[in-house]
Amino acid sequence: MSAHSQHSDHGHGSYRSYLTGFLLSVVLTAIPFGLVMAGGFENRFLTVGVVIGCAVIQVLVHMVCFLHMNSRAEEGWTLLSTLFTVIIVVIMIAGSLWVMFHLNTNMMPQMDHDLLPERLRG
Amino acid sequence: MSTTYWETEPHHHEEGASTNIGFWVYLMSDCLMFAVLFATFGVLHGSYAAGPGPQDLFDLKLVAVNTAMLLLSSITYGFAMLSMAQGHKSATLRWLGITLVFGLCFLGIELYEFNHMIHEGAGPQRSAFLSAFFTLVGTHGLHVTFGSLWLVVLMVQVAQRGLIPANQRRLLCLSLFWHFLDMIWIGVFTLVYLLGVI
Repeated sequence: MSAHSQHSDHGHGSYRSYLTGFLLSVVLTAIPFGLVMAGGFENRFLTVGVVIGCAVIQVLVHMVCFLHMNSRAEEGWTLLSTLFTVIIVVIMIAGSLWVMFHLNTNMMPQMDHDLLPERLRG
Repeated sequence: MSTTYWETEPHHHEEGASTNIGFWVYLMSDCLMFAVLFATFGVLHGSYAAGPGPQDLFDLKLVAVNTAMLLLSSITYGFAMLSMAQGHKSATLRWLGITLVFGLCFLGIELYEFNHMIHEGAGPQRSAFLSAFFTLVGTHGLHVTFGSLWLVVLMVQVAQRGLIPANQRRLLCLSLFWHFLDMIWIGVFTLVYLLGVI
């Protein structure tokens, strides 16, 4: 039987960690909202990149500051199950978008009328 | 005294010792469900069926207020957990109450948004894009609804029986659930609202 109680490896954090997480989250939320409301950069892909980048960083901030995740909790099983989930999520979302994108372009070219070159329209 | 080479006593587990990891695995499975809904939305995000698109429908100011509500509720829940760790029952209840108010504000704003869209003729049946939108955002909202219900139940429990170990364990599970919903919302406001309007 382990000597420590169940709460010792699942810390409650501190005011410091919660406030740090909160302030970082506010900044990482304000940047993408401000950027998009202001119309974004000239380059659309740069805007998309910054918005998604802020979201990924904010998720990591939440994991560390609010969920107090670390490699030691539950002998590493929390981290391991999370990494497994992340891999499945990435495969599922990226795979769906990839497959369905090709399905749309290969099977239904007439549906994307606007995307066709000028000489093929009408 | 004889030497034993195997454990003769069955393992003793503390009550609730495996609750944390079990609840975490539940959250991960919930995360997979949201991933499916996100993937569906990603595939259908351009299928407007000549109906209204994100530019016509989404009010980013409202979404920003909603995001603030959920973020504030996250930190007030954190403060409730800190009060609980210090054994302050009334402070814990007070922070949980504030969390509940923020959670209900979030739900109220979301219902207002849904109602507004449906009255404009942009209900879930209008296009594949809107079906996917209402399913994804609605499922998140439903989670917040049940989280709020759970929060009320726990407030009654804490008020009646105090911060006993069982209640501490339950509050810890709900805190994971609540922070998890905030993380899902980051995905929602980024992928659905912001990328839709860009």
